Parts: sequence; structure tokens; C-alpha cells
Amino acid sequence: MTTDAPSITESTTVTATTASTTAAPDALAVPAAQARCPFDPPPAYQEAHLVSPVTRVTLWDDTPCWLLTGYQQSRAVLADRRFSADARKPGFPFLFPGRRDLVIRSTPTFLRLDDPEHARQRRMLTGDFIIKRVEALRPQIQQIVDEALDRMIAKGGPADLVAEFALPVPSLVICLLLGVPYADHEFFQANSRVLLDTGADTEQVAAAQDALTSYLADLADRKRREPDDGVLSRLVARDELTHAEAAAMGLLLLVAGHETTANMTALGTLALLQNPQQLELLRAEPELMKGAVEELLRYLTIVHLGIPRVAVEDVDLDGTLIRAGEGVLAMPSTANRDPELFDGGDELDVTRDARRHLAFGFGIHQCLGQPLARAELQIALGTLLRRLPGLRLAVPFEEVETRADSVVRGLRTLPVTW
Amino acid sequence: MQVIIDQDRCCGSGQCVLTAPAVFDQGEDDGLVRLLEERPAATLTADVRLAAALCPGNAITVHGDAG
Repeated sequence: MTTDAPSITESTTVTATTASTTAAPDALAVPAAQARCPFDPPPAYQEAHLVSPVTRVTLWDDTPCWLLTGYQQSRAVLADRRFSADARKPGFPFLFPGRRDLVIRSTPTFLRLDDPEHARQRRMLTGDFIIKRVEALRPQIQQIVDEALDRMIAKGGPADLVAEFALPVPSLVICLLLGVPYADHEFFQANSRVLLDTGADTEQVAAAQDALTSYLADLADRKRREPDDGVLSRLVARDELTHAEAAAMGLLLLVAGHETTANMTALGTLALLQNPQQLELLRAEPELMKGAVEELLRYLTIVHLGIPRVAVEDVDLDGTLIRAGEGVLAMPSTANRDPELFDGGDELDVTRDARRHLAFGFGIHQCLGQPLARAELQIALGTLLRRLPGLRLAVPFEEVETRADSVVRGLRTLPVTW
Repeated sequence: MQVIIDQDRCCGSGQCVLTAPAVFDQGEDDGLVRLLEERPAATLTADVRLAAALCPGNAITVHGDAG
């Protein structure tokens, strides 16, 4: 507990009450309806952005919130420590019911903590995700990618690229890194899906959370008895972490480690198949792949529901007064198409320098696993294009099933042939 | 050009190492930023400035344009 915590709590309690009375009845409802195209942000957000990069909106539970559709505003708020990521603070905006109830019943991890607690936890893991260490993993990632493709090719097309490739590859990689047995993948994949399902009710989310937490707690106990060289073993060896914290951090890494990359792989493949000129360019010049992955991250921005924060002080954001206790929702999906920064941002252009994108967030909470995600996407997409020159959709584009009800935008299945 | 880093602000994202590997490194144990070149060559100016802009923790400050 920091010394200034009591005053922060006091001011948020007072102003949270004021904030809830200012919801406009005709305010834009968030989350808004998704675009018909699985690559695009909700049209309502882009329309709101034409009026202002900062918009007063109403969340599903009727609480008011500030929607940030602009690049500069999203970046500024995510980098500003006057906006808290701690979901227990009054006024914190929740994106769906299951998420709110989850916060009350789970041990908070660095994802939902502010400094100094955030830094304390995160710095136990930063050494495991340094560029050098991830680079050293490339041969193992390549092997996992090759073996998944071998199996898919041996079975023959048409195949579901999600089930055969996009989901198993990052699951195998994160299992290897954490020291989680891949044999349990059906269990943790199914429960992770529920955890991220915006349509799941409180009981379903709670059941998935409990199942995964007790699984990680048991696994952590096993690592205490029989340590290996995985991240989980290193976490439990630290005296300064409680057993509950170690299990919660392991759970965060496991879920974040496979769901996001799996959906980027599938959606990224679909985006390239729908942009044949870009695909041909990448096939002709494989060295473009690093930049292409940044552009796909920008263009697709799969964390499509936005990144929530609550103001802990009054902040003047480009002339808009955001009061302490008011929720804000940074929207990287529209920010990453802001014409101020990305000219023609609604188009996929693998030759674009997209490195300033906010697909991994920004500020001290920016994705810890981003070097790993980049390496996996570069290897997975690069190998897929090289080994399957005839890769194409096995169904019409309009029939590809998206995951409309997930925190992470993605595809349910991706039927392909080659 | 002079580069100053603030390890207290570093969150170990590795953006600097990806963008300007000749100037920045990460500690093997803590993953936090290490400065390899306090006064990098002028040819690296653009990369170093981008690294500073991409740093999510605002841990990198760049002074001056010339080496």
C-alpha cells in the first residue's frame, strides 16, 4: 500500500457518484455491433471518431465511459499513470458481466494492478521474455510449426486451419515455455474460451476460472516438488509470491499465451488470402515478413473490445475533462486506423512501417509476451506460405465463421485447402 | 546525440532492443534495459528516436541531434 492510496480512494468514491448521473440517454452503446468484415472495427466507432477522438458512451451496465478512438489519445491515456488498471477501483469500466464478477473472485495479477505491485509481479517474468531468450527459442518454434504442418498435410485437405495449426502451435509453445503438459490442452483450451466468452454467464465464467485456477495450483505444487526449467517452476521458487499469486500468474500466461496468437494466426492467414497481391508480395520477398506481421497486428488488432482504465485524478485530455473515478476505454482497433498516423489505414499494406501500432497496448501494461508472439507469427505465417503455395479457402469468404462473442477477435474455424 | 535510460520506468517490453540493437540491450535476469552506447553514431539517430517513441514506459530520453 502506498502512502497516497487513501486520498486516491477518497476522491474516486466522491466523483464516481457524480459521473454516474451524467450518462446521456442517446449515448453510443458500447460494445457496439461488429463490422460485417471480420477485419474491421465496429463502424459506429469509426463514425464517432469522425466527430471526436474522445466520445462519451454508455456501457452494457448503463454506466457512462469515455471511448478513445484516436491514436494520440489512446496512447496518451495508456501511458499515463493517472489512469489505473486496477479493476477493484470505483468506476472501473467492465466490458461484459462475466468479467466484473471475475475480478471480485480472483487473485489480481499484474495485468490488473498498478505500480508498485504491478512492477513487483511483472519483473519476476520480464527476464523470461527478453528478445535474446525468445530468439533462442526460434528453432523449437520452427520445429513445432513444421510438425503441425506435417500432420495437416499428411491428413490432406480440406482442413480446419484453426484446429490443425493456428491453435496447436501457440498452445505447444506456451506449454513448452511454462512447463505445462500439452496432454491437457483440450481442458485448458476449452476453459480459456469460456473465460474470454462475452456471452457466457457469471456461473459459466466462474466455473471455468475455478477449474483453471485449481489446475494451475496443482501444477504449481508439482513444480515445487519436482522443478523443471519452465517459467512456472521459476515462479514458484520465489518466496515473495503467495501460492495463489503464482497460480494466478501462471493462469494469465497460459491463457494469454495461446488465445491471442492462435487468433492472430488464423485471422492473419485469412487477411492475406483475401489480399492476394499482398500475399504474392510476401511469397516473392519473404524478408518482408517481419514488417508484414506488424502490419497484420495493426490492421487486425484482435483485442477489439478495447483496453479499460479508470482515472484516479482529474485529467485534461486534449480539452476534454476526465474526472477522477470516470472510466475510459482505449480502442486500439480504431486508433490503429487513425489517418493521422496511418495513411490509408483501412487497407492492408505489408510494406508499410506499422511499428507504432497499439495492438499490444501501450504504457507499462504493454503485452509482456510480445517478442514471443512476434516470433511465433513470423515463423508460423512464413512457413505456411512457403510450404503451401496453393493455400486457399475451402469455403466462400462469407461463410468463414468468426468468434463474435470473444474478448479476442478471431475465427471459429478456417476451412482451407492447398 | 546523448541517450539516457531510466530503469525504474522500464517494463521490459524489448521494443528498444528490436529497434536499435546496437544501442540497447536487456539484462539476462531482470529483462530491464541496458545502455550499450550512451553516445551512438549519427547514423543511428532515427532508430534511437523511434526506440524512444516506442518505449511503452517512457524510459528512454534522447538529447541533441549530432553525435
